[in-house]
Amino acid sequence: MLKMMDVKKVFRTDLVETQALIDFNLHVKEGDFVAVTGPSGSGKTTFLNIAGLLETFDGGKFELDGQDVSHLNDRQRSRLRNEKIGFIFQSFNLIPDLNLFDNVDVPLRYRGFNSAERKKRIEHSLDMVGLAQRMQHLPSQLSGGQQQRVAIARALAGEPRFLLADEPTGNLDSQMASSVMDLLRDINAKGTTIIMVTHDANLAKQAKRNIFVRDGKVSEVTVSPLAAKLCAV
Amino acid sequence: MFTYYLKLAFKSIKRNPILSTLMVMAIALGIGASITTITVNYLMSADPIPQKSQQLFYVQVDSWDPNEAYSDNSDEVAPPPSQLTYTEATNLMAAKRAYKQTAMAKSGGIIEPQSQDAKPFEASIRLTFADFFSMFDVPFQYGNSWDEQSDINRDLVVVLSKNINDKVFGGENSVGKNFIMSGKTFRVIGVMDNWQPVPKFYDIGNGAFDLPEEVYMPFYLKEELELPNWGNVNCWKTPEGEGFKAFLRSECINFQMWVELPTLGDKADYLSFLNNYVTEQKELGRFPRPLNNRLSDVMTWMESQKVVDRDAKLMMWLSFMFLLVCLLNTIGLLLAKFSGKAAEIGLRRAVGASKAELFKQHIIEAACIGLLGGIVGLGLAFLGLQGVKSLYGDFIDNLATLDTNMVILALLLAVVSSVLAGLYPTWRACNIAPASQLKSQ
Repeated sequence: MLKMMDVKKVFRTDLVETQALIDFNLHVKEGDFVAVTGPSGSGKTTFLNIAGLLETFDGGKFELDGQDVSHLNDRQRSRLRNEKIGFIFQSFNLIPDLNLFDNVDVPLRYRGFNSAERKKRIEHSLDMVGLAQRMQHLPSQLSGGQQQRVAIARALAGEPRFLLADEPTGNLDSQMASSVMDLLRDINAKGTTIIMVTHDANLAKQAKRNIFVRDGKVSEVTVSPLAAKLCAV
Repeated sequence: MFTYYLKLAFKSIKRNPILSTLMVMAIALGIGASITTITVNYLMSADPIPQKSQQLFYVQVDSWDPNEAYSDNSDEVAPPPSQLTYTEATNLMAAKRAYKQTAMAKSGGIIEPQSQDAKPFEASIRLTFADFFSMFDVPFQYGNSWDEQSDINRDLVVVLSKNINDKVFGGENSVGKNFIMSGKTFRVIGVMDNWQPVPKFYDIGNGAFDLPEEVYMPFYLKEELELPNWGNVNCWKTPEGEGFKAFLRSECINFQMWVELPTLGDKADYLSFLNNYVTEQKELGRFPRPLNNRLSDVMTWMESQKVVDRDAKLMMWLSFMFLLVCLLNTIGLLLAKFSGKAAEIGLRRAVGASKAELFKQHIIEAACIGLLGGIVGLGLAFLGLQGVKSLYGDFIDNLATLDTNMVILALLLAVVSSVLAGLYPTWRACNIAPASQLKSQ
């Protein structure tokens, strides 16, 4: 479903050349919940940006949902992002002067849905994250945890195949982080594939698979015992 | 998506009120200055009679001094004098070689209202022929023009302007009533409706932007009543003899003449007639200069008489330069505004907006700012035109008016300029790397 084979990414400035990913190989199957961990500067976020088609890569092959994305133009990449990928960011990235309804509406606008369809999807996804009653509120009127829930609702509204989360609980206290993780597990249980970058080993354990990235390479892949236990239950 | 982008544009404008106000004011100042000067130039150079401006021709024959041309013009053949002598005006009218024709002159006199309460007052007169009214599509409120027979008979008839009819007869239908002017009693034969060609093309030499005359009467009454000369009188030699009759026989120019020639063939025929006429006059010892007769249609005539003042043109170009400076400022402000939106742009890219969609969104925002600038600029242009009026006085009243065309032009100019100013900032905004913005927020 998501297949990276020998993917390379190099960042260049006039003076320095940095190998961010070196022969990066990863295969994520449908319905998987993968936590990507590793030290700072190991290439986790670069991997996530390439996986989310936010950045191009310099070598290797990347297939998303069976489609080789190497030669897609900007319009095709945008379309693919819009239809198949949902993003969750550490700092929520909500637009401050749009209310919750309009924030969740943003990806749907680019999808070309009519207003009735958009309304249905927005209400459904805000309901899923427990914020249906606060649609007219502005992000500043919500707590950090609630804002992240809105960001999740925004990511889910388009019913994507993948959810890419970059430190989704990084700005939250432990109680809110736990509630967001519960939500992500529920979403995954309903069939959405999730790839989550995190520094937090405890959170990573809640994913089905853990991938450890070091020096731009996948150095270790493990099946989380907690997740295995949860799955078994 | 257009309405969505409009909504986003206005939200974005509200989000940074100070930056937005600065941009709107920068555009408004440029538009205000440009539209003020464009309006003056536009009205100065407008076609005052578009339906037949190519069929009406001003007549010029070169009866001037053999030793010195009427005006210096080193670029081309010196133009013939801009007016005719009385002799030419009457001879050419008597020949009746055009489809329609009218010689004319400006004069003036004292009107004595019949009401005991009203005081006598001075008014301008246009001495002309019956064809004047149909040639220039003059509208009538009451009655009509006099006929050719009245021209020949030198009948004491007048056509009044609406303004004079309002003043003397209280706006009533005065056709058939007596009207006393210059000590003579005239019969009112018609009352014009509002008529104000801008520029006043038929007599540019006597104030291209003046109001039309107030009273119109048959041309030959000039001689009959010895009506005074108003407007420019130029002579290259002293009249032979004393008195009014001597002036009329002289080589002094104070008369204008227009002919209506529907086809190019008619024009060629009339020019040929003029050349023959001058050749005949040369045999009589007049017209010492080389053959140099002209027929100019309305727009050519106005151009040759430099109706659009050179200073006005210069002011217009300076105001365009000012608009350019304002737009350069707007570019800087838009760059600042759009770079402040980098995080939102990154987010929109991440959730599926293509560069093209972002381009549309931001160019619409630039256009909205331009539209607001245009609206405020129209207000400034209105104030600017009031300033022009107070600076130059009443004679420019007709020029300093915003019409529908100028309002549309102002808004279009504002939108187009701000879209052009927005191209570079928008291009920069669309090329923001989303990954770096999403992480750094």
